Amino acid sequence: MGTLPQNQAALDRRADAQARLRRAGAGLDVRHLPSFGFGHRSLMWWGTVGLIVIEGTVFAIAIGAYLYLMSRSSHWPPAELPPDYGWATLNTGLLIASLLPAYLAKRAAEALDLPAVRRWVTAGSLASLLVLVVRVFEFTSLNCTWDGSAYGSAVWMIMGLHTLHLLTDAYDTLVLNVLVFTGPLEGKRFADVSENALYWFFVVASWLPLYAVIHGTPRWT
Amino acid sequence: MSGPAELPPTALQAAFDRASADLAFPAPDDRPPVLNDVPPSAEQESLLDRSWRDPPGLLGALSAINHKTIGRRFVLTALGFFIAGGLLAALMRLQLARPDSQLVGPDLYNQLFTMHGTTMMFLFAVPVMQAMAVLLVPLMIGARSIAFPRMNAYAYWVYLFGGLMLYGAFLLNIGPDTGWFAYVPLSGPEHSPGKRVDFWAQMITFTELSALLEAVILITTVFKLRAPGMTLNRMPLYVWAMLVTSFMVMFAMPAVMFASTALITDRLVGTHFYNPREGGDALLWQHLFWFFGHPEVYLIFIPGLGFLSAVIATFARRPVFGYPAMVLSLIATAFLAFGLWVHHMFATPLPELGKSFFTAMSMLIAVPTAVQIFCWIATLATGRLHWKTPLLFVLAFFAVLLLGGLSGLMLASVPLDLQVHDSYFVVAHLHYVLIGGAVFPLIGAVIYWYPKFTGRLMSERLGRWSFWLAFVGFNLAFFPMHHLGLHGMPRRVYTYPAESGWQALNLLATGGALVLAAGMALFFINLWRSRRHGEPAGADPWGGGTLEWATASPPNAGNFCAVPVVHGREPLWQAATEPVAVAGLAVDRREVLVSTTLEAHPDHRLSFPVPTPWPFAGALATAALFIGSIFTPWAVVWGMVPVAIALTLWFWPRRRKTAEDLALETAP
Amino acid sequence: MQDVLHSAGVQAGHILDLWRLMLGVCAVVFAAVLLAFLWAVLRAPRAGRDTSPDLSALQHNEPRLLRRVAWATALSTLLLFGLVGASVWTDRALAQLPLHGALHVRVTAHQWWWDLQYDDAEPSRIFTTANELHVPVGRPVILTLLSDDVIHSFWVPSLAGKKDLIPGRTAQLQFRADRAGTYRGQCAEFCGAQHARMAFRVIAEEPAAYEAWAARQRQPAAPPADALRQRGQQLFLAGTCVMCHNVGGTDATGRRAPDLTHLGSRQTLAAGTLPNAPEPLAAWIRDPQSHKPGTNMPGHDYSPEDMQALVAWLRGLE
Repeated sequence: MGTLPQNQAALDRRADAQARLRRAGAGLDVRHLPSFGFGHRSLMWWGTVGLIVIEGTVFAIAIGAYLYLMSRSSHWPPAELPPDYGWATLNTGLLIASLLPAYLAKRAAEALDLPAVRRWVTAGSLASLLVLVVRVFEFTSLNCTWDGSAYGSAVWMIMGLHTLHLLTDAYDTLVLNVLVFTGPLEGKRFADVSENALYWFFVVASWLPLYAVIHGTPRWT
Repeated sequence: MSGPAELPPTALQAAFDRASADLAFPAPDDRPPVLNDVPPSAEQESLLDRSWRDPPGLLGALSAINHKTIGRRFVLTALGFFIAGGLLAALMRLQLARPDSQLVGPDLYNQLFTMHGTTMMFLFAVPVMQAMAVLLVPLMIGARSIAFPRMNAYAYWVYLFGGLMLYGAFLLNIGPDTGWFAYVPLSGPEHSPGKRVDFWAQMITFTELSALLEAVILITTVFKLRAPGMTLNRMPLYVWAMLVTSFMVMFAMPAVMFASTALITDRLVGTHFYNPREGGDALLWQHLFWFFGHPEVYLIFIPGLGFLSAVIATFARRPVFGYPAMVLSLIATAFLAFGLWVHHMFATPLPELGKSFFTAMSMLIAVPTAVQIFCWIATLATGRLHWKTPLLFVLAFFAVLLLGGLSGLMLASVPLDLQVHDSYFVVAHLHYVLIGGAVFPLIGAVIYWYPKFTGRLMSERLGRWSFWLAFVGFNLAFFPMHHLGLHGMPRRVYTYPAESGWQALNLLATGGALVLAAGMALFFINLWRSRRHGEPAGADPWGGGTLEWATASPPNAGNFCAVPVVHGREPLWQAATEPVAVAGLAVDRREVLVSTTLEAHPDHRLSFPVPTPWPFAGALATAALFIGSIFTPWAVVWGMVPVAIALTLWFWPRRRKTAEDLALETAP
Repeated sequence: MQDVLHSAGVQAGHILDLWRLMLGVCAVVFAAVLLAFLWAVLRAPRAGRDTSPDLSALQHNEPRLLRRVAWATALSTLLLFGLVGASVWTDRALAQLPLHGALHVRVTAHQWWWDLQYDDAEPSRIFTTANELHVPVGRPVILTLLSDDVIHSFWVPSLAGKKDLIPGRTAQLQFRADRAGTYRGQCAEFCGAQHARMAFRVIAEEPAAYEAWAARQRQPAAPPADALRQRGQQLFLAGTCVMCHNVGGTDATGRRAPDLTHLGSRQTLAAGTLPNAPEPLAAWIRDPQSHKPGTNMPGHDYSPEDMQALVAWLRGLE
């Protein structure tokens, strides 16, 4: 039956859905079942989680390659200064803060509360744009170039991969943002909003180990 | 449309009613929907077919999203690449038939073996397995469609464009020439100037994108779209194999994606991932590549195992023995496959203790495969055999893969590998396992399911001829290569001296290769001819037990008008129990039943998208981005614009479709 | 002799023993499984499309089959552990080669030839040669393996397993030739256009013969014995050859190509591509691309008389 429901309301929903199945002779009548669902009940969730698994593996491999190259060199960074942590730490804070509008958008979507969805998706769009702007400053304060050394290559690759995710998810959010105002809307668009928030959670969560690797490892060794 | 009169509307339904009052919601289409009965009427079947069919014409072909249309294209494209790869191999064998031969010079030969390996591994083997799953899985699980049909189409086009790019480069004499594995520093900027290697590396990007998307599609399909009652425990073993394979794809492909991206940046913008003079490492490439590369061969092998279970069950007239052990073996093989990769690097200066660990793992992975082999033998021994060509091809596994697996154990041992690594012994081994474990079962599977998708049987006579020619030719071609390796012949050599004493076995191998080619040619001729001349097949020419045999041949565009309700592992063999099927799904528009993940209880109805050319356009834009970025990094920036436009127009809902969906909307 | 199955050294010998064991075990397993399979399929009764399927497996367990599968699996697993054990045992045997008094040679692989530097504690006894490795019978040899450009692999199957030469890394190969003879080796990692023609020879000789050879190799180039060879040397030193090749005791000090100081003493040319005789040598110098297309050596269009002189001088460098 899938995972345990969170609360009584969800339990009731489940019972209702099952009750709506009707036996009709040799057939099982499904016409009264809902026409969309949230969380792992929806196909979009599975698609999003699949993407998260894939991209998470990419980040894990990138970190692995970085640590491998680090293990093979006596000085790390070999000749450069470690990256400045000012802008990066600010952006990490902004990313964590941006979890709030994403979470609220998700909750609003799952409650089918359109005005709240509009409010929080807009906030989420603005947050992602702000993060992108600060990300530009992060790049300027890395203290290394991609072609200066294998260290620089690894740092820029990691930053590049994560920034690509920021960009694409910011764009996704923007598109949804327009859609929730203009329509055409239907039930499963609320599921799209919910899954978009889920992906943003991943973009933020994946940043934390990357931040630790880029800014932590040169200072620990 | 709200629930039945006896149940009060849910709180969410009320919230939905409030939300849908907003102008952003179009007015629901007021055409009354036509829902299916059990049993469905002829008119309902015909409406279903009309709703799910792909549009005609050229624009229709570019807009097609039906999983059978895409699946068929996908399989045929992959088989086309198989033929191309085979022709390349034939040229290689002709060159090697005589010592010091001048037929093919070193430059061309190095391109030939690079293109042969690259074609077979990236453009044939993995795609064809996913393509067969695209065709078969929805039918075997009782679904009307595959999940994410538009993305499925996009994945096909991306794959096609990647393959075309690679062959275009080859035909223009700028094709890759550093092997299918492209070791650095040979493939790096210093030793492979020009664009040859970049085409190879970017082809990887195309094919891994396609494979990853297909993996997500297949996992979602298997978990969410199974017919009611088809618990995981009742899923056909072939579906399990494709589920396991898809998980492996998700964890394996990122490694080669990262590796090839780093190679491209080393070559294009001066990064130093693989440059030892600036802190990089040549072995980083090997670790990354083989972390992908070893699971890759299991991505090819595990679907073959799935084919074996499907065909053996039908032609032994009994379910495969030991279902739980078979499933656990598939899963164990998948996990273990990720722990073997260093056995490709035994000749490198890595710590010896670590290498021994990989010896143990590489031998251990034989255990789950052995379990499967024993279970199949048990099935065959206690079954009653219907001797038809699909069974012949599948049974070849028991000689060919078995031998290849045993030579694999030899390669797993570090000291022995240090002698035979990078020699023709490995060439023998890999062809025994890939052809015995994947290609022969694939051919058996194609012959088995051909009548389902075309309505005609392939010729039994041509089938047997093709089988024996292929089987004998294969062994004549590849068995001598074990000896060649043991007698010191290394791999990837365009020629060899007369004094080596290798020419007799090489000549024999070339002869065998030509016999194998003849067998393959007969198979393709059979495939082609049977479209018009094959004996008409009904819905179930073999008496199979799984759900695809319950549909017409070829199936309705929507597969099942009345989605079956499943009560056991062999739904067509076991007695029907009520409820037999699902009623109440729309047939005049695209509606699919979504079930719960583990127990497959009906959960909700979902409206599915209609054909659209935007996946094709998106793939074109993606191809432009990928190909452009071979020449300049700015292509990534500029190329993102048309990609974003295409993807946005793909996703953006259409008013009319939304209105149609709203007519059947019920909140959870 | 280039053969895994004919070992002339202790390392290859250990591996050959393991091969025989594994071949035996695998052959028995193959025969057993294949026979079980054939027995199963040939004994099973025939069926047709309409033969009703046997669904008893869905209702009851099949304990007899389960037992047999379990036993077969257990036996297979046991055999596998045995093979792992044999493999690890061989690994240890290979690592236990006694190394005292070892000969040290530094092997640097290039596209597409082998640079060999015989190391010695006494610097004046160090000498360099190419493509032909002489070793004394019965004495351990330690090869330090380096690469100048791409990955290569050093493989002389009659004496030892292979080892890759990787730019940026140092590897080591230890072996001992136990029988005198000439053993052919070949690069075993794809390294570009002429990977197929990057061979080498290991010549194992009795210690006295080896010492005589080494002593000769330590000498600078033999002075030209007659006018023809004198002319040949002049041509060599005046031409572009000196940019890549080294001939000890002359002004030719290039290091980008094989050392030619004792070219006359070698059995082959161009890393095993041609025999070392006047005609092939002349043909090679005239047009290397026709014998080894893609090689780094340019062609030289000498007149027949000049070529004769050059070849005479080169062959005199014994």
